[in-house]
Amino acid sequence: MVALLEFEKPVAELLARIAELRESAGATDIDPEIAKLEAKADRLLHDTYAKLSPWQKTQVARHPDRPHFKHYVGQLIDDFMPLAGDRAFGDDQAILGGLGRLGGRRVMVIGHEKGDDTATRIRHNFGMGKPEGYRKAIRLMELADRFNVPVVTLVDTSGAFPGVQAEERGQAEAIARSTEKCLELGVPIVAAVVGEGGSGGAVALAAANRVLMFEHAVYSVISPEGCASILWRTAEKAADAAEAMRITAQDLKRLGVIDEIIAEPVGGAHRSPAIAIDALGAAIGKSLDSLNGLGRDKIKQQRREKFLAMGGL
Amino acid sequence: MNWLSRVRNAMPFIAKRETEGNLWNKCPSCSQMIFIKEYEENLSVCTVCGHHGRIGPKARFQQIFDDNGWSMLPTPRVAEDPLKFRDSKKYVDRIKAARTATGEHDALLNARGKIEGQGVVVGVQDFAFMGGSMGVGVGEAFIAGAQAALADKVPYIIFTAAGGARMQEGILSLMQMPRTTVAIAQLREAGLPYIVVMTDPTTGGVTASYAMLGDVQMAEPNALIGFAGQRVIQDTIREKLPEGFQRAEYLLDHGMLDMVVERKDLRQTLARLIGYLMPEKAAA
Ligand SMILES: [Zn+2]
Repeated sequence: MVALLEFEKPVAELLARIAELRESAGATDIDPEIAKLEAKADRLLHDTYAKLSPWQKTQVARHPDRPHFKHYVGQLIDDFMPLAGDRAFGDDQAILGGLGRLGGRRVMVIGHEKGDDTATRIRHNFGMGKPEGYRKAIRLMELADRFNVPVVTLVDTSGAFPGVQAEERGQAEAIARSTEKCLELGVPIVAAVVGEGGSGGAVALAAANRVLMFEHAVYSVISPEGCASILWRTAEKAADAAEAMRITAQDLKRLGVIDEIIAEPVGGAHRSPAIAIDALGAAIGKSLDSLNGLGRDKIKQQRREKFLAMGGL
Repeated sequence: MNWLSRVRNAMPFIAKRETEGNLWNKCPSCSQMIFIKEYEENLSVCTVCGHHGRIGPKARFQQIFDDNGWSMLPTPRVAEDPLKFRDSKKYVDRIKAARTATGEHDALLNARGKIEGQGVVVGVQDFAFMGGSMGVGVGEAFIAGAQAALADKVPYIIFTAAGGARMQEGILSLMQMPRTTVAIAQLREAGLPYIVVMTDPTTGGVTASYAMLGDVQMAEPNALIGFAGQRVIQDTIREKLPEGFQRAEYLLDHGMLDMVVERKDLRQTLARLIGYLMPEKAAA
């Protein structure tokens, strides 16, 4: 069973009640009641997810059971060949990548991996990339560019890692160069914000020809907690900050920052990962096809013009 | 007349402060009280300990350009308060207060002029304007500066100073990272130098975009330069930060800068560098 979020409590109570009934059951005469309660729980879940607040979406986007890089790759990418290392310092496990096929198309897939239990979360540093991770991404993008392989990025990070060594090795420079590399590719790059798009650590992989975003994903310049602790002077105002910063896919689409919203199954991608992952795969495939055959200069020009036009009057 | 005395003669702000009775400046580094006239004549560098004080665009232009040889570029107009943001105060009120306090429209100003006879466009970020923070206005001004340099076929020099992104513009402030990067790529393709001078402080999204993409990177002494804030890092690692961490000299030691340059030497250093990168202009 998926872990329940605070705002799902009414749904949780119904589910508990159903479980209780089932346990005491055996008798068939309570079946209609179970069915009624189940329908009610479904409706409640549907209604809850139809009007999630930005802060609630943040919880969904961070849900521990939400699909991660390895799940997307496992289901969508055939014959995946992981590639590793920045050739200078090490191999960052927070940013993974490799060659593969998406519905028959050659792609270079690069993305953040958060991990999904204590051991893997530590190994992947909770999806917080270090300079060597961004430099690996740059390397893989260059490789893809030279061999005419489109790039697909999966963005899911609370942000780049804030640490002493990361700063010493040039975290800011690595992010800046990774963003720059996205923008100079002659091959198409399609980015999908699948969970959290946290600040520079996210945009470094998302300066793309097309930026897709899951229905309940969030993408922001700073975490709601971070913004709240600076502007409201308490992290407890995170919900207000989430609201004010416009971090939802729906807001970003309106602002022209993303190109397409990918619908999630009722109750979020974590409730029916397989369906969510397929929907993402189909949307990425369609985006890649729409950019196919444009030619290197046009690809680059489209990307530049799109970003230059952003936020204009 | 050397350039320092030319700068001395062009300091209209001194008289204004004197009439306000504010004659002394307390150095934030060594706490010495220094006569403000003396301090500003020394380019706002402490005459006792050498601390480089924060200066705004106008003072910077005055110090960097040849005498009478520069003019301000218009500040691009952008959508005001695109998110209708409010925290404890409305964002529009914060902007208004910053405009009143600084007399400027936003946190990045450009000017076109000459440095030892060589044409340049110079952009200066103003920490006094909402911490120099990068929003659409700053991004747009950066792009305008770079494009003016493109039009003039001259180098673009940026003096960075920012606490980070303009949170009140949310994702649109984040988008200034790729947007400014496109402008830099256009300079590069045109074969024009893009030179960064980092001043105190340069942090967050500004560092992780145009501040770190210079053909040559300089910083003023002791300038705070980094991606993550020190408090955030300390909360993450739970140990003491190393001596001099995220200071200009520390970045130089770690290979992130070409040089740390004292303010008094900046103008000449920039002139020499441009002479190397654009020799045909230097001869003109
Ligand atoms: Zn001093």
